Amino acid sequence: MRITIASGKGGTGKTMVATSMALSLAWLTPDKPPLFLDCDVEAPNAHLFLHPSVTEQQEVGLLIPLVDEAKCTHCGKCAEVCQYHAIAVLGQKTLVFPQLCHGCGSCTMLCPEAAISEVPDRMGVIERGPAAGGITFAHGILDVGEPMAVPVIRQLKKWVQPQPGQVVLCDAPPGTSCPVVETVRGSDYLLLVTEPTPFGLHDLNLAIQVASELDIPAGVIINRVNGPYQVLDEFCARQNLPVLLRIPFERAIAEGVAQGKLLVEIHPEYTIHFRHVFSEIESILLQKSNRKDQPT
Amino acid sequence: MKIILTATSPNIDSNIDGRFGRGAYLIVVDPDTLEWQAHPNPGVGASGGAGTLAAQFAANQHASSIISGDFGPNAYNALQAAGIAMYLFGVCTTVKESIEHFKDGKLERVSGPTGQGRHRRG
Repeated sequence: MRITIASGKGGTGKTMVATSMALSLAWLTPDKPPLFLDCDVEAPNAHLFLHPSVTEQQEVGLLIPLVDEAKCTHCGKCAEVCQYHAIAVLGQKTLVFPQLCHGCGSCTMLCPEAAISEVPDRMGVIERGPAAGGITFAHGILDVGEPMAVPVIRQLKKWVQPQPGQVVLCDAPPGTSCPVVETVRGSDYLLLVTEPTPFGLHDLNLAIQVASELDIPAGVIINRVNGPYQVLDEFCARQNLPVLLRIPFERAIAEGVAQGKLLVEIHPEYTIHFRHVFSEIESILLQKSNRKDQPT
Repeated sequence: MKIILTATSPNIDSNIDGRFGRGAYLIVVDPDTLEWQAHPNPGVGASGGAGTLAAQFAANQHASSIISGDFGPNAYNALQAAGIAMYLFGVCTTVKESIEHFKDGKLERVSGPTGQGRHRRG
């Protein structure tokens, strides 16, 4: 089972929830601890809480075109086919713009002179190793200045495959743009962490639309609960979103997290809460698959 | 000789458009006869790589010079490779005024990217 923890709004507590949920499950099933993927490759931080020891590292990136000027006839086919305008034929020169290239390979495939080969262009690294509680931990780190996170996330997800029956928890980047969609893709359940503010609600609404577009069931964890915030509860009811957990706005939690502590270390009773969240997700997914199996 | 200027409307009486890759129109003009043609800038709607797309257009037109307000790194490298000279509008506000300044040699010639560029991968 693959659960992605996302939010829409940044800073709602995705990583706090994801890391504590991972450890709660690891303690519950020590023979099969979960796989944890920090997919927020622009600013990965789950390692600060789960303390993995990195045992493997791999450079990742895209294959970008390299033009052999001796073979190139400057016919312009490559520039014509490039959707990203990453290759231009300028008089007697064919120029590649690596920062624009998405690595689709169209130019290489369509060059009538076979003058284009593909060379790797590094964009970051992916790392993995065992972490707290026996969790299999992996994350991606996008190089500073690289604008595109998706290839790093895609290669991270491909590199680290779960064992049969192993639960996968993906910590998503904030927002609802391409890196989030890439992280969420292939998930069985989307756990959305929000906060009871107009901003939190606004972005939860955006995140829900990603979930429905990808046809992935979703539930909500409300963090920093500080008295009733009716509009959020009404929204969740209207959207048929189960509220799986409420975490209070509390100084002890904020201080602990700021010191690099996990929520389950600050308040051990959350181990039970997160296991409960997990079993609720399990039963939601079971009901869903039962419904699917029924003849119509 | 053909030069290209970035403009806000598709005619020679237009005001200048300070953007290169995303300037609304490209006015291709012969500065001696003032014979002109307006083209919608192909870079305007591009999700990325507007500068290289506009530069590709300029190279296909066999322009010798381009006058605009800003050349990002990709546009600069592309135009440089195509052997097209780049000039800045400077104080000019209209296309016609810019052509006059160009002919009088009053425009600043660009010798490196003038901006950071805005649109990259993603």
